[in-house]
Amino acid sequence: MELMVAFAVGIMTTTGVFLLLRKRTFPVILGLIMLTYAVNLFLFAMGRLAVDQPPVIQDQGNGYADPVPQALVLTAIVISFGTTAVIVTMALRAYLEANTDHVDLESSEVGGLPR
Amino acid sequence: MRLVLIVMLPFLGAHLPMLLARAGRRACAIATGLTTLTAFVLLLTHGPLVLAGEAVSYYQSWIPQLGMDLALRLDGLGFLMAGLILGIGLLIIIYAYFYLGSDEPIGVFFTYLLLFQGAMVGIALCDNILALLVFWEGTSLASFLLIGFWRHLPEARQGARMALVVTGGGGLALIAGMLLLGEIAGTYTISEMVGLSGLVQTSELLPLALLLVAVGCLTKSAQFPFHFWLPHAMAAPTPVSAYLHSATMVKAGVFLLARMWPILSDNPWWFYLLTTTGVVTFILGAVVALFKDDLKAMLAYSTISHLGLITMLLGLGTVAGLVAALLHLMNHAVFKGALFLTVGIIDHETGTRDIKRLGGLWWWLPVTGTVALMAVAANAGLPPFGGFISKEMMLEEVGHITWFGYPRLLAGLATLAGLFSFAYSLRFFIKVFLGRTPEGMVRPHGPSWGLAIPGLFLAMMALGFGLYVEQLASPIIRAAFWGALGRETAVDIHLKLWHGVNTPLLLSGFAFLAGGGLLITHRGWERLFALFSWLDFKAAFDWSVSWTEELCKRVVSLVQSGSLSRYLVWMLVATLLLGGNAFFTSEFQWGTREPLPINGMVIVLSVLMLFTCWFTIANCGNRLLSLIAANVVGLIAAIGFIYFSAPDLALTQISVEVVTLILVLLALYFLPKETVVEGTTLKRGRDIVLAVLAGLAMFGLTWAVLSSDGPKLLADYFIEQSKPAGGGSNVVNVILVDFRGFDTFNEIVVLAISALIIYALLDGAMHGPAAAKLDGWEHDMPRSPEKHPTMLISFTRVLLPLALMVGIYMFLRGHDRPGGGFIAGLVVTIAIITQYMVSGFQWAADRISIDYHAWLGWGLLLAAGTGAAAIVLDYPFLTNAHKHFDLPYFGELDLSSALVFDLGVLMTVVGAVMLALANLSRLGRRAERAAAKAVEATTSEQHGD
Repeated sequence: MELMVAFAVGIMTTTGVFLLLRKRTFPVILGLIMLTYAVNLFLFAMGRLAVDQPPVIQDQGNGYADPVPQALVLTAIVISFGTTAVIVTMALRAYLEANTDHVDLESSEVGGLPR
Repeated sequence: MRLVLIVMLPFLGAHLPMLLARAGRRACAIATGLTTLTAFVLLLTHGPLVLAGEAVSYYQSWIPQLGMDLALRLDGLGFLMAGLILGIGLLIIIYAYFYLGSDEPIGVFFTYLLLFQGAMVGIALCDNILALLVFWEGTSLASFLLIGFWRHLPEARQGARMALVVTGGGGLALIAGMLLLGEIAGTYTISEMVGLSGLVQTSELLPLALLLVAVGCLTKSAQFPFHFWLPHAMAAPTPVSAYLHSATMVKAGVFLLARMWPILSDNPWWFYLLTTTGVVTFILGAVVALFKDDLKAMLAYSTISHLGLITMLLGLGTVAGLVAALLHLMNHAVFKGALFLTVGIIDHETGTRDIKRLGGLWWWLPVTGTVALMAVAANAGLPPFGGFISKEMMLEEVGHITWFGYPRLLAGLATLAGLFSFAYSLRFFIKVFLGRTPEGMVRPHGPSWGLAIPGLFLAMMALGFGLYVEQLASPIIRAAFWGALGRETAVDIHLKLWHGVNTPLLLSGFAFLAGGGLLITHRGWERLFALFSWLDFKAAFDWSVSWTEELCKRVVSLVQSGSLSRYLVWMLVATLLLGGNAFFTSEFQWGTREPLPINGMVIVLSVLMLFTCWFTIANCGNRLLSLIAANVVGLIAAIGFIYFSAPDLALTQISVEVVTLILVLLALYFLPKETVVEGTTLKRGRDIVLAVLAGLAMFGLTWAVLSSDGPKLLADYFIEQSKPAGGGSNVVNVILVDFRGFDTFNEIVVLAISALIIYALLDGAMHGPAAAKLDGWEHDMPRSPEKHPTMLISFTRVLLPLALMVGIYMFLRGHDRPGGGFIAGLVVTIAIITQYMVSGFQWAADRISIDYHAWLGWGLLLAAGTGAAAIVLDYPFLTNAHKHFDLPYFGELDLSSALVFDLGVLMTVVGAVMLALANLSRLGRRAERAAAKAVEATTSEQHGD
């Protein structure tokens, strides 16, 4: 089972990194989202896996999963929504202003620092 | 404590003129003056003790790990320097009030001036060299601001920049030198270092440290070859020139040399470096001053020359040299200040500082003329002024010195410099105040009292330091001398005006006569001097600056190519290399943890995930498809969370998925719908290899952790304490709102900030080129004929109260069962956003009158307020208050303050997400209207046909 989770993390990372290296804003955003999934799952897995042991105190519980990574990841999910939203908005605004969604500067702009 | 106040008062007072800027010029000036006066009086209260040879200290540990402490020590030397800074500062403030025009921002000016004053007093009183360096750079910055005060003048901006580069660059050398010295001595406290001079002198690193310290001091004091910045700093308003660039800031260099004197002076490096620099600057400054027609430029070179004189005296390494240097430091501050103020008056009243366009001013400005006469005489070193005494002491002392093997060479050079000093001083007075009035010169009025008094006062001081040297100057100089030595000595100081006819007097007499002769034949010499006009330090400086800029540009364009993917590749490669190196060099072994059994569903899900990931990449061209596929991956992750006992995570993940999907879809409306395949096959191959490597690394890392047993350090504690300490059974929620409430608070702050960024970005898109593009929008995809499907509308309207109920339920039960503020907030958001989507933005906005900005703010306030309430009740920030309610009659009230905190979280989440989405759709509506208009236009055209 652990192998499957590790496999999922690996696959999502691969997809995320590949998309991140594209040249247009949209795939880059998707790559970022993918990478977020991978990282969140990875962080979550740091508490080890447990089935049927939610960290909710019960009278006849059969053990609890580690709640600390869960709390961390919960806020991480919400925050990554916030940052993704910022990136998306930046991409949108950049496209509206510059009329291109290319992520690189044009060669004429490279190194052309304002005097 | 009073000592700290002396340093801090100018910094604190620096706020006043800015704040009072609207209360008028007078209020600004009075606030500034009172600040300085208070600091000055505080300083004087220490006077009796300091003049008796004692030192007052104050110590406050600051960054002990670095050896940096706020160690202040007021000894005679510091007293002299701080007295000059604050005393002359007071006169300058009066002068500046009358000097600056009524339309100039005097509040800003005084703020800069006080900032400078504070930093300068800091240098004078600091006993810790690291703290001193902070103040040192502070004076460079304040000087930059003051030189550039008239920012509309290009020469002011250039002068400010040049001064900052030279003195700031010297400051860097000084930092290095001081750190070396501190390393050698093992302490950063100057007064302790003095006792360790023997240790310092024997160190191998001493020449390097000394050179670096000297560069720092010499740049600040405008010594050759770094002198060129000072004439360009004269673009500053004259009060600034008088204060910073003659009386105080440029003295910081020689002051620090005097401070270092007992530690470093007993050394040939010190002697040759400083005497040589000093005497060259002494002569050079005096010579150039003779041929400058701009009065301020003349005074600038004169200042350079006098600073050279002081540097040379300090370099001699003899006690008498030190005394003469200290005396001249004080004298020069006084008479050169008076001279600058005089030139300021001339400039102010006639509108010119060109010596060739002035003449006969004595008849219009008799008071100013008197001040000028006294100051000029002191500058030339004529009796009975203070300048005479220090100059005679200098000539006496250099007469005993053998320099590069020649016994009388230094005395000869000093006389030569003195000759030029006489000449330019005389030229100034004769040309400007006597002689013919050139045609076209404005007939000046007498200056107002505020302009005249400060200069007059300083000129009287210059006279007093000569006539009553024993009473006025001796006590201060004696104390300063003791302070500079760091100890009391048997050597006593007797300062006298008249020593009878001796060698120095004869040398002076010769210099006076020869100087007069030089002036008579000035025209010829001027032609000779003009031959050297190609020696332009400014051009060399400009060239080196632009050369450095070009170099930086090349380097930057090499590293910063502007290609995002290239940066990412570098980061990835570096990370992989570092991680790989750590992995392959360690003795890693796979863990032996018992794996959980695999079941069919997990296999199906894994295969599904593999497939959707592949699908996302494969359909990269069709953006809509790949977005949906990516979302499926997220949902599979959510199912994983459910399966692995994380219900809260699953709920959050699912609701965030929905919101993210809506957000990206809204954005995609504006973006191109397809991605063309770009890049060479080679580059794609590189990307694939990197991606696979990164995936493998993450796979290995996860597997390595999951296959081994780790200590559950925190988990058990939180699970045990959740109910008794946190009052809830949902441990995750208790951690969020109670145990780690501060983290959560920070997270919602981040969320709020990102919402505001989004708002700013989108609101900005409603103007400018982006808005123009929106107004010309045309649909790039076919539109559905039915805008808002009736079935869906009826269904979602019924759903709204139910969805809101679910949200409230999730919120209320969150502390004990899966749920909580984050999840409830997202559910509420989805409930609202559904209405927007299905019924149209306008319809929904008319009915749902929620100010999302306010929700954001109130949410944060609520969360912060809950935390603050705990502080009021004397508990640490964000302490949960559920067990602190024990009311009579009601008994134990099971109401948790964490619920209020969680409500804050909920409101922030709703506010943030809705702010982002609502503003995106605001953009959408604008484009929609434009597109509809375009469609209408084309259809009507067709009908017209």
